Amino acid sequence: MMTNLMEALGPYWFYLAALVRILVVFLGISLLVAYVVYAERKVLAHLQVRIGPMRVGPHGLLQPIADGLKLLLKEDIIPQGADRTIFWLAPLISVIAAFAAFSLVPFGPEFMVAEDVNVGLLFLIGISSLGILGIILGGWASNSHYPLLGALRSTAQLVSYEVALGFSLVSGLLLAGTLDMQGIVAAQAEEGVWFAFVQPVAFFILFVAAIAETNRNPFDLPEAESELVGGFHTEYSGFRFSLYFLAEYAAMVLVSSIAVTLFLGGWLRPFASVAWLKILDFTPVALFAVAAFWCGREAMRLPASQEWRWQRLLLVGLAVGAALVALALLVPQRGEGGLSFPVLEAVQGVFWFVAKVCLFLYGFIWFRGTFPRYRFDQLMSLGWHFMIPLAIVNVIFCGLGIVVARAWGWNLAASLWLGTAATLAVAVRLARRKV
Amino acid sequence: MNLTVPVFYALSVVAVISALLVITRRNPVHSAIYLIVTLLSVALIYLQLQAEFLAAVQIILYIGGIMVLFLFVIMLVRLDVITRQVAFNQQWLVAAIVSAILLAEMAAVIFLGRGTAPLPAATTESLQPNTEQIGRALFQNYMLPFEIASLLLLVAMVGAVLMARRR
Repeated sequence: MMTNLMEALGPYWFYLAALVRILVVFLGISLLVAYVVYAERKVLAHLQVRIGPMRVGPHGLLQPIADGLKLLLKEDIIPQGADRTIFWLAPLISVIAAFAAFSLVPFGPEFMVAEDVNVGLLFLIGISSLGILGIILGGWASNSHYPLLGALRSTAQLVSYEVALGFSLVSGLLLAGTLDMQGIVAAQAEEGVWFAFVQPVAFFILFVAAIAETNRNPFDLPEAESELVGGFHTEYSGFRFSLYFLAEYAAMVLVSSIAVTLFLGGWLRPFASVAWLKILDFTPVALFAVAAFWCGREAMRLPASQEWRWQRLLLVGLAVGAALVALALLVPQRGEGGLSFPVLEAVQGVFWFVAKVCLFLYGFIWFRGTFPRYRFDQLMSLGWHFMIPLAIVNVIFCGLGIVVARAWGWNLAASLWLGTAATLAVAVRLARRKV
Repeated sequence: MNLTVPVFYALSVVAVISALLVITRRNPVHSAIYLIVTLLSVALIYLQLQAEFLAAVQIILYIGGIMVLFLFVIMLVRLDVITRQVAFNQQWLVAAIVSAILLAEMAAVIFLGRGTAPLPAATTESLQPNTEQIGRALFQNYMLPFEIASLLLLVAMVGAVLMARRR
């Protein structure tokens, strides 16, 4: 049926397929962002021994939708003396940059919006770096002190940490030998190791720089409530504010995607090269089965009275939905090599990619709940005096490790670990140095 | 339907118009925004010419780096003072004549030099893989000029730091 459709549409098939992929990615990322916000509130609440959102839907599951509606219906205020055009344009720049960059993220072996871009990673970095323009212009156009200071801090921070981020990407790219996002994942599959395990220092620097780039705690000085009210978006309200909010969390998902692709094997299953662990392929089924069981049990535990009727109905619906997904994943197909599961294979890559991204996002939230905020000069000092030199040293030792491994036939992982040890020695010196 | 030529002209028109707006706007922030538009359309023209690496680098360095720093500096300046200052002097006649001569010279060079240095028709194959070709050109064929240029930049950087320290 699929081939008939392709023939009927002819040359338009290409555009239609691209449009569908764009829509799927856009809606998927928007949904993910909404629930990252929910997860953030929940996880922070539990870290502080509270319960978090609980009222809208079972365990507050519908809270993101309520929040979204609230933001859309709020009054949209433009401050007096603001530069109206730029005030209107700035959040759009941020949100478009954040979402456009997703076109280059390889979500799965077959699933990517813009395929075959041989400078994929460079374009990703380029497009996502446009987002800062939205922040700086929004802060300026508000014609207000706090947003301006927030925008200035944000810019200084981003420019500083972009250097360290770039260098940490370079050491990953040296190993991959390509800028093509799918090629990077393929290189890790071929090497049989995720690059985070041979380049731990680069991975660490990328993680820290990613937190700084997305203005997250402990580097959230551009929006430090105690000093700057709300930072660059203090004067924004309603829909425009929600655009900034969306852009900020989409940027979080984006840097996580870059880190996952370059250092955590992208859409590869854990231990992709170990044959007997093929049982791990069934993790999505297990996950949905557990979700179905949990929703069903919660529905049973709700009080039997009439006022819990909708909550119970929703939970039962979720349980049935999850169970159906688990069953759909197990649709078998009898082929030459025995039994195979086409649906499961199709979603396999996307599942692992999203799972790893979620792990990364959980790290972001965990950091926010754990670390106190840096002072601005400490932040700059950390960036320029520690992170950037360390990243440069790491690139040098990584390059040396690869050359040594190639020239003398050493084990690549061993020589890279030797380089990492040397980098760590330098790190100790750097940390002890009085600036 | 081949859209190559219309897209190229559309991008060029956008680039030229926004370049004009850069120098005619009174507000420096607006000028900076139009400069970003110019740089972006030039990056897209690079992309159309199959120079993906150059396009990506143009966006990262010029828009993500230099323009952000421009805006950063503009924000530290008191804008209400600047907008009241006279931005243009009275030498526009001389400037116009010089520009016209320069334009004529350039046109002449291109037209007269056509025969001696013909531009080869670029094929998709000859430009791919883009990144590797630029890497080979910079680090193998033109190693020495590349190193000299980076040394110059380093000197400029050290000089700037030195001048800032003396204050």
